[in-house]
Amino acid sequence: MMEKEKYRAMFCNPNWDYDTLEAADEVISRIGREYLKLKTYPNQIEIVTSEQMLDAYALTGLPTSYPHWKFGKDFVLNQNNYTKGRMGLSYELVINSNPCISYNMENNSTCMMLLVIAHACQGHNAFFANNYMFLDWTSADSIVDYMVFAREFILKCEEEYGEEEVERVLDAAHALMHHGVDKYKKPSKISAKEENERLKKLTHIRRENYNELWRTLPTAPAATDTIFVEEQVFPKEPEENILYFIEKFAPALPQWKREIIRIVRKVSQYFYPQGATKVMNEGFATFTHYHIINKLFEEGYVNDGFMLEFIKSHSGVLYQPGYNSKYYSGLNPYTLGFNIFMDIKRMCLEPTAEDRQWFPDLVGKDWLQQVHYVMENFRDDSFILQYLSPKVIRDMKLFTIIDNELENEYEIGAIHNERGYRRVREQLSNQYDRSSMVPNIQVTKVDLHQTSKLYLTHYIQKDRRLDADSTYDTLEHIRYLWGYPVELHSKNKLGINESTYDVL
Amino acid sequence: MSHIVDRRKNDKGKSTGNRQKFLKRVESQIKKAIPDIISQESIKDTQTGGNVKVPVRGLDEPSFRHDPKSGKKQIVKPGNDKFNEGDRVPKPKNGGKGSGVGKGSNSPEVTEDEFTVVLSREEFLKYFFEDLALPNMVKKLMESTEIVEMKRAGYTRDSVPSRLNIKTSYQQSLGRQLALKGVFDKKLQNLLEQLETTTDPEERAALEVEIEKVRKQANTIPFFEDIDLRYNNFERVPVPVTSAVMFCIMDVSASMGFHEKDIAKRFFTLLYIFLTRQYKNVELVFIRHHTEAKEVDEEEFFNSRESGGTVVAPSLKLMDQIRRERYDESWNVYCCQASDGDVWSKQDAVDCKKLVQESILPAIQYMAYIEINNKPKEGDLWQAYKRISNDENFAIRHIYEVYEIWPVFQGLFRKRNEATV
Repeated sequence: MMEKEKYRAMFCNPNWDYDTLEAADEVISRIGREYLKLKTYPNQIEIVTSEQMLDAYALTGLPTSYPHWKFGKDFVLNQNNYTKGRMGLSYELVINSNPCISYNMENNSTCMMLLVIAHACQGHNAFFANNYMFLDWTSADSIVDYMVFAREFILKCEEEYGEEEVERVLDAAHALMHHGVDKYKKPSKISAKEENERLKKLTHIRRENYNELWRTLPTAPAATDTIFVEEQVFPKEPEENILYFIEKFAPALPQWKREIIRIVRKVSQYFYPQGATKVMNEGFATFTHYHIINKLFEEGYVNDGFMLEFIKSHSGVLYQPGYNSKYYSGLNPYTLGFNIFMDIKRMCLEPTAEDRQWFPDLVGKDWLQQVHYVMENFRDDSFILQYLSPKVIRDMKLFTIIDNELENEYEIGAIHNERGYRRVREQLSNQYDRSSMVPNIQVTKVDLHQTSKLYLTHYIQKDRRLDADSTYDTLEHIRYLWGYPVELHSKNKLGINESTYDVL
Repeated sequence: MSHIVDRRKNDKGKSTGNRQKFLKRVESQIKKAIPDIISQESIKDTQTGGNVKVPVRGLDEPSFRHDPKSGKKQIVKPGNDKFNEGDRVPKPKNGGKGSGVGKGSNSPEVTEDEFTVVLSREEFLKYFFEDLALPNMVKKLMESTEIVEMKRAGYTRDSVPSRLNIKTSYQQSLGRQLALKGVFDKKLQNLLEQLETTTDPEERAALEVEIEKVRKQANTIPFFEDIDLRYNNFERVPVPVTSAVMFCIMDVSASMGFHEKDIAKRFFTLLYIFLTRQYKNVELVFIRHHTEAKEVDEEEFFNSRESGGTVVAPSLKLMDQIRRERYDESWNVYCCQASDGDVWSKQDAVDCKKLVQESILPAIQYMAYIEINNKPKEGDLWQAYKRISNDENFAIRHIYEVYEIWPVFQGLFRKRNEATV
């Protein structure tokens, strides 16, 4: 009992010190472990100043990264917004690594420190350590080491080949970052394991053994005669990881440039799960801090004053302006994710008739188990498609707007009513599907016989064309890396070519 | 068990290197933006503020992305307050931007890409002056930013008769005379003693001759010899000049409209910043003239509406007068005259030329005349000045559009070594 009084005195003093943080971490970790049954990586909590936080922002949270002007730009941009008061820095920043590093701002109050520790060091940490996307696609153990390697490698290249040339390669690779993600390796946990195995094997073999292109190089002229008697298509299957394809097959790229591409590809791959789980990740972390802080209050570690401050911050995080508010800037992922997780809990504990109809599997189940299951096995699009309930749609008053290029008016597609629930849900799921954001572009052919020209195909979805200027600029980058002309065709559903972008 | 680390004492500025890389990348844009920035501020303020904000745009990082306008999109939004399924809402006129649709890349309006870079004063000046240098002759004077003064520094044995210092030379002479006399006296005494003790007549005779000789010598020590002469010595001591004055002369006759004045102001501002770089203290004298010339303050210079016919020479006369009265030789004097080139009479232009050539140019460092008009015909003033302009310390240039200011300015102050080699 004496212990608790001591903690209480520390936590309710707005000025924190080192002992406070240590005590907070200890108590919060215990609650996370015992009450929420969270399995986490060990934590490393770092106290930083606002300027250091800006530095961390610029490197997207990584403790170190290779040098590049883009990070400088982001720094300047954030700094501007921050010093003008247009942007607040988040209270924390957390990295998917083992140990899980989180940066906490020095000027947080004690209450904020506790909130942040619960949010990042328990919520995000557990999400990184358990969600399948992160487990399958990132290696939390080695990312920090890898970035140290990347930095050293790039610095060495700058010394050896000049900053400009290195920058040129990095710029080009960055332009293709979204197309540097391996989706073939995507393991779909629930079904079709065999097919996945097959795909994996296929890509593996193809990647290990295929390099037809080399044989077209002038150094082996004889090979052309013997091998290409019949017309061959290369690659045999379209490749959607453009960066990978260039890294492996670009005919005249020096090895160090291939290595730089590889670095960018690895980073892209590392961040891929974060982009695909933003709603879930923030939602879960918010869900976690909400429960932990309430538990702290229940157990008497904190007083009413603390809770008032907490509720103010918590509701600030969850603020969702309506579509017609001047503060509106899209759906708040914290709010959406938190609402869905809270609703899963509610449906387990107090199901209504509607829930029994919509979510029979949840009714009467152990809420904590369900929450864990969801947190581990989904990503944003599947999470929303599976768990966005009519109640959340109603609470948030979600509706869809149809914006057809060919019409002068928007149409309201569906609203938060009986007829609209499913459509809103599907639509929102689509919205978080990667393919609706990143155009589907694949390497379809290389002219092996004459020009070494690289052919890309854009598969048009929902009549969405490519932005022409940006496309040309990106193709220029590919042209630079590939070393030979590049052509891109936008094809519609019927396979008919709608537009061609050509870079000689 | 978690690990808590206090990073606050660690290095800040982890991003400095990246920031430098970024600045290098937007260098050309910063340079382009500079003339615009300075024209927005009052001339004197351009030097005082702490930071300079440079708008930067077009740092788009390309990628494959959808044309935001294209296709059929469905967007989910929160907070429905009035819509029902099937309702139709007109799109906003500006191409449906309201619905989160991006903006065209060539639109002149502010886009998300544009943001300002805050440069420190030093960084700003570095970009500003990177390609500039002073014209050769002016450069010499300005770069040293000092004049030489003659200062008394002891005495020297060799100089011109006008610097002979009689007192010191006399002292030298007395000293020499005393010294020599002492030697002879001692010698004489020795001889006299020998004379007394010697009895041999032959020897006595020789001694007496000797004594006579020494006596003669002692009496004929020269009053002045060359080695006595001392001249006043002067050394050239550099005295730093930290002040400059810039005369801004503007024609405000009816023909000078807002546009013309704006151009003039921008040009004056550039010159002011340029000078401030060289001197600790730069003063401005504003002279406006129509038929009469008048000294005014900056505010009135650019904003007053008073107007009339054009007579130019009085303004130059006034300038010359102010210079003589207030600014002695320790000041570096610059003059910039802006006009649309119209003068009341040919005689006025002739007077101007004479003034500039005979009394202004010999006394000042640099004068620039800029003619602001878009007429095909050269103004009278231009024709008069043309014959005496040499670019070395008197340059004349023609400007009409804002974008011409910077190239003209650069032309005037371009690094000469490239041009001459």
